[in-house]
Amino acid sequence: MKITTELVDYVSVLSRLKLPEEEKVKMAGELEQIIGYMDILNRLDTSDIEPMSHTFPVKNVLREDVVEDFGGRAALLSNAPAHDDTAFLVPKTVD
Amino acid sequence: MNWEVVIGLETHVELATKTKIFCSCTTAFGGDPNTHVCPVCTGMPGSLPVMNKKVLEYAAKASLALNCDVTQYCKFDRKNYFYPDLPKAYQVSQLYLPIGRNGKVPIQVGSEEKVIRIHELHMEEDAGKLVHDNWIDQTRADYNRCGVPLIEIVTEPDFRSGDEVIAYLEKLRSTLEYLGVSDCKMQEGSLRCDVNLSVRPQGSTELGTRTEMKNLNSFKAISRAIAYEARRQEELIEMDHKRVIQETRRWDDNKDATISMRSKENAQDYRYFPEPDIPPMELTDSYLDSLRASMPEMAPAKRERYQREWGLSEKDAALLTDTRAMAAYFEDTVAAGAAPKQASDWIQGEVLRELKEKSLDIKQVVFAPEALAHLIDLVRQGKLNRNTAVKVFRAVFDDNGDIDAYVKAHGLEQVNDTGLVEQVVSDVLAANPQSVADYKAGKKKASGFLMGQCMKALKGKGDPKVVSQTLNKKLAEL
Repeated sequence: MKITTELVDYVSVLSRLKLPEEEKVKMAGELEQIIGYMDILNRLDTSDIEPMSHTFPVKNVLREDVVEDFGGRAALLSNAPAHDDTAFLVPKTVD
Repeated sequence: MNWEVVIGLETHVELATKTKIFCSCTTAFGGDPNTHVCPVCTGMPGSLPVMNKKVLEYAAKASLALNCDVTQYCKFDRKNYFYPDLPKAYQVSQLYLPIGRNGKVPIQVGSEEKVIRIHELHMEEDAGKLVHDNWIDQTRADYNRCGVPLIEIVTEPDFRSGDEVIAYLEKLRSTLEYLGVSDCKMQEGSLRCDVNLSVRPQGSTELGTRTEMKNLNSFKAISRAIAYEARRQEELIEMDHKRVIQETRRWDDNKDATISMRSKENAQDYRYFPEPDIPPMELTDSYLDSLRASMPEMAPAKRERYQREWGLSEKDAALLTDTRAMAAYFEDTVAAGAAPKQASDWIQGEVLRELKEKSLDIKQVVFAPEALAHLIDLVRQGKLNRNTAVKVFRAVFDDNGDIDAYVKAHGLEQVNDTGLVEQVVSDVLAANPQSVADYKAGKKKASGFLMGQCMKALKGKGDPKVVSQTLNKKLAEL
């Protein structure tokens, strides 16, 4: 599959990334290599194999509905680039 | 040209679990910002979500009650988008294997019955709250709601009017409230609805271009938004010869109009992929059987039974089954010995008035159904007259006080001593010769005044039927 710089632009908008022009070209080449590997995998006949979403054969990992208070607001907030005493701060969002 | 409106609904319903969908934080409403959070629901690297058993149970019950095919091998997917209401930059939702599909919800509008098809029902997590601070020109993110469990119920475009939409939402609210899976309070946001609407010429089978309306916070807003948006689209096509643009529009309750939400990012490309952190869920036949067995009698079945077994009118039965708690209160009153018709009258009259006056929910009422049954019994036995019983009811309603003690302390027992009643009536007639003369002269109204005087003399404790009979007898004898 051909990866154009337009496609790189589209993906970077979705990922909120700003790439300089020369990096876009580099990225397009690298992405094409990665997607190219999928072409190799696609040569395999998988018509009688069920698609798999998880690598471990586990299911129904469930917990009881019992409240536990984590109680570490300050510790959580301290992981963010910006916060005040009670909340995470983010750039202005427009609805 | 005659236009037909075509509507589909996406309804988000908050599940009534104690904890969030993937972590043990409380789902309690409110709370100081970021006090109902932990590393999982704030999306800290390395944290591991674990599915809440109750969420699976509630979503499966809702699917069964809405006549869906339950997906017995079910899993989650990631819906990727960048917006700070979700700290992980993706929402855990279900795309490929939603828990319920192909449901059917019968509704009734007027005398017409119709089935609304459910396309799918899936589980997902709610997002956080963003509040912009103009002072610092930054936005505060509060993740207390982040990870609260939701089910989203998506219908086929089967509605042809606002009335059908309201009938469906009423049915949905009643069903989920009876199941106990959600309290479905629209004003608190536990039931939220997006309306997809298009118009087409009557008789056409092709769908027109649709718009999606958001921010609909009440049934009234939904009705008005549907009427507005249908007219807007019809006029756009017919008068302006323009096309409807597929877009999201926000309902503005003050302006009574829908307004385009122009988003810079047009690409709605969520790049879904299977959620690797949450293993798939298998819902066995025996698990689903046990859920079916635990489902309560629903409103339509109760309505039918109240009419058939207890002879209530359709209207009374509908009112009493509006919520499961109301139906339980009524049934408990009947179980405690009250005649169903009497219990129905008292609940719809006195109990509902108290609820309205005091802005209470039936769930908050402390006055016991057994006490109501006892009060009804005292009236039946003739120990209290109806008016006095209402006074007693009001006096003891707030604290479930002792009815017998109150009646005794205030000397309210009905006077059933016929000798005393006869004496009082004679005295009243003797004391009011003018009214008696009026009555004799044909002014039948005068008997009402005399009746009032008799009841007053008996301090309101007479049996109105006995007093009125005695009065009429004596007037006829004069």
